[in-house]
Amino acid sequence: MADLPTATERFINGILPENPVYRQLLGLCPTLAVTNSLNAAVTMAGAVGFVLLCANVITSLIRNLLKPHLRIVVFTLTIATFVTIADRFLAAYLYQMSKTLGPYIPLIIVNCIIICRCEVCASKQSPFVAATDAVGQSLGFGLALSSIAAIREILGSGSLFGMRVMPAAWPDWIIMVLPPGAFLTFGLLLGVVNWMAARKGGKKIA
Amino acid sequence: MRVDDEKNKSAGGLKSSNLVQAWLVLVLAVGFGVCLAGVQLVLGPVIEGNKLNETLEQVPELVLGKFLAAKMASEEQTLEIVPRQLTVKKPDRVKFYSVYEARYQGTLKGWVVKTRGQGYADTIELLLGLSPDFRSITGLFVLDQKETPGLGNKIITEAWRSQFVDAPADRTLVVIKSGASRPGEIDAVTGATISSNSVTAMVNTAIGDLRNPLTTAPSSPVKGGKRNG
Repeated sequence: MADLPTATERFINGILPENPVYRQLLGLCPTLAVTNSLNAAVTMAGAVGFVLLCANVITSLIRNLLKPHLRIVVFTLTIATFVTIADRFLAAYLYQMSKTLGPYIPLIIVNCIIICRCEVCASKQSPFVAATDAVGQSLGFGLALSSIAAIREILGSGSLFGMRVMPAAWPDWIIMVLPPGAFLTFGLLLGVVNWMAARKGGKKIA
Repeated sequence: MRVDDEKNKSAGGLKSSNLVQAWLVLVLAVGFGVCLAGVQLVLGPVIEGNKLNETLEQVPELVLGKFLAAKMASEEQTLEIVPRQLTVKKPDRVKFYSVYEARYQGTLKGWVVKTRGQGYADTIELLLGLSPDFRSITGLFVLDQKETPGLGNKIITEAWRSQFVDAPADRTLVVIKSGASRPGEIDAVTGATISSNSVTAMVNTAIGDLRNPLTTAPSSPVKGGKRNG
């Protein structure tokens, strides 16, 4: 038990050193699919954050009752419940957004970030550590989604949060809001993050 | 000792029963089920309200077409929309339809029918616009769907839906895999034949079910309600 990271370490790790998207390369389906506008990306990150927090805390509370061969069933059951709550909530209070996100909200059920956190952290550590871990990972996920979405929305629609920020003369690069734009942006940002990580690692060795 | 323990376990008894092992799963399933029922109870009416609002917003375009609907909106005129509930008795079951009657200055401009059916992934909900005489389809809108992103969810695009506009309503629409050319033919979405088929089948069924109740009954809601009852 002693070698498991503490709450603070879990929190900080989630944001950058173990960022779910840039470092673990998890949850790429929503990352690529809903990042054509910042609004959608922030809503998605919020929904994932809510589900992750609830699933992590519940899993952590019942961690001593878990049977190894039935744990994945319990994780999935917990996650599915909170995803459904998030989905209904969005349909009730953010109706247009829930139509924009469409099936990607129900698809959070199979988002591997959440099941990975339940397995790696929540099923082994206390609810407090699990909660900080969830918040850290959600912030990391939100950061990744918003960074990709901001670039795509600025270049593709010339706006941020739906408001025009580029001069009127800016020719919107339509390709950036289409699927190829997601791959291009994600690939370039991933390269930048890896490059920075490599530079940091190199300095340590030197 | 250990061998004995192992033997006891494998010998059966309460501990090795699958149901007992799964008690946590069962308890959680029941608990979560109750939670979800509560959520649905609270949020269900709000969601239905949202859908109704969207339906009413779509009615002018579905009945009049995009151009006329925009013109009416710019002139600040509105259609009178009368909601009706229709019950259609079929040999094997009873189907309920929400029908919206669109009138302008007293004359019937068309119908909007809400229908639902099984798609590839989940239930699809459609709004179908029909001309007053049931000769042609005047519009199609997808109210709710959870089809595969990138394939089946293309049924919501205007490009695909516009195939239904002005399609004949007096014959069965057919889905064609490549190059629909004649009236009454619908091009399937590439890679999503099931989604395309289910939408088209829902349209055909709704027209078939409602043709008689709507065209033969007088359109006044009170009388219509009695005849259909």
